[in-house]
Amino acid sequence: MIRVILPQHLRTLAHVGSEVQLEVAAPVTVRSLLDALEARYPMLRGTIRDHVTQQRRPFLRFFACEEDLSHESPDAPLPDAVASGKEPLLIIGAIAGG
Amino acid sequence: MSRVRVLAGTRKGAFILTSDGKRDKWEVSGPHFAGWEIYHLKGSPADPNRLYASQTSGWFGQIIQRSDDGGKTWHQPGTPPGEAPAPGPPKPASNKFVYDASAETGKPLTTHQWYDGTQHAWEFKRVWHLEPSLKDPNTVYAGVEDAAIFRSTDGGENWKELPGLRGHGTGPNWQPGAGGMCLHTIILDPSNAQRMWIAISAAGAFRTDDGGKSWKPINRGLRSQYIPDPNAEIGHCVHHIAMNPSRPGVLFMQKHWDVMRSDDAGDNWKEVSGNLPTDFGFAIDVHAHEPETIYVVPIKSDSEHFVPDGKLRVFRSRTGGNEWEALTKGLPQKDCYVNVLRDAMAVDSLDKCGVYFGTSGGQVYASADAGDSWNPIVRDLPAVLSVEVQTLP
Repeated sequence: MIRVILPQHLRTLAHVGSEVQLEVAAPVTVRSLLDALEARYPMLRGTIRDHVTQQRRPFLRFFACEEDLSHESPDAPLPDAVASGKEPLLIIGAIAGG
Repeated sequence: MSRVRVLAGTRKGAFILTSDGKRDKWEVSGPHFAGWEIYHLKGSPADPNRLYASQTSGWFGQIIQRSDDGGKTWHQPGTPPGEAPAPGPPKPASNKFVYDASAETGKPLTTHQWYDGTQHAWEFKRVWHLEPSLKDPNTVYAGVEDAAIFRSTDGGENWKELPGLRGHGTGPNWQPGAGGMCLHTIILDPSNAQRMWIAISAAGAFRTDDGGKSWKPINRGLRSQYIPDPNAEIGHCVHHIAMNPSRPGVLFMQKHWDVMRSDDAGDNWKEVSGNLPTDFGFAIDVHAHEPETIYVVPIKSDSEHFVPDGKLRVFRSRTGGNEWEALTKGLPQKDCYVNVLRDAMAVDSLDKCGVYFGTSGGQVYASADAGDSWNPIVRDLPAVLSVEVQTLP
């Protein structure tokens, strides 16, 4: 199972706790992970990436295994530790505004 | 006995304030959607338990929320909480606002004027205003930034632009006001289902007479010193328009500067600022039973967005403008520096007419006697963005 940690406001929207677990077919990428996340929690569509362009919303970042993956290709394989469920993918809201 | 339900949108959530017809004791529910900006929420005139809310965030974008039980529970249209997703392709998304670029529109606009005068791509940012249909609870209009009008006919599950507004020809000259290029006002004509009015900062007022297919600017008589041609057809920063449903041809406008009225459905406007201490402001509304009685809250200036002289005063005209009286009883008259935004004033339809407004300081004030006296329902909410009122049986 792939583990994803959501920011507080998206947990509220999706009615979940901090971490959700998803079945994602290999290869596990940001795109396939978000596809699975949005299929399981359709209320999150449009909140992480744009409906039309599929671009990551600018104030969100993707971290995993102590690395910033925000600017990697959405089709690049995620680290093995994420694909195996050992480590979560963190979706982080930028700290902005004070 | 009748009841009233006040719907307050704030910077950090929505609040629902309810009272009986006396309007002296209130119950406060909220925050709903805590931590999110709630630009607007409004109930359906056809089904008062059907509420729509615009929930927005700079981080997570736009969410539409709907309640079918008067605000007790909420869900995103098409995605009820707790329901397993249906198999097959993804369902429509209630927060998907995509500008119409189809060939059928004839003029699929892609740019408008930016602050510096260059052209800038149209980009959806948020829903400023939701206007439910007068007859059908499942039909609702959305005024959005960057300025456009969308309509849903399935309770908010799917949205489709009415492209004739952006496509009518002046779109490339529209430009954002300080708050963004927002379509913030939508008024439906109760006597003519084909007619509605909208207003955009900073483009002006527009009217359709064919159910939203085509639109025309209705800004004759507006004069704005901050644009190259002060009398231009478009470019005016209209802040809000109000109408008494019993007289759909008569409109009252709070422009950036100037309070205006039209007696011919917006074809011509004349200034009625009269003896106001300042005619800058955002909010304006009309008494429910006296169509010549109007309310504004003057704000010092476009550089100083707070009430003048440290005094929170609603001004009332019983003559349709020009002659104004300050209403101060129960309102702070010293050291007060709040603002009242364009969608943050509303009236109920009880007798006597109730008047309500919310402030940037988090107060929601109510008057149960048409403005003669005021009391705060709540004093310490987050900054109030919008106030709507439902009069319930």
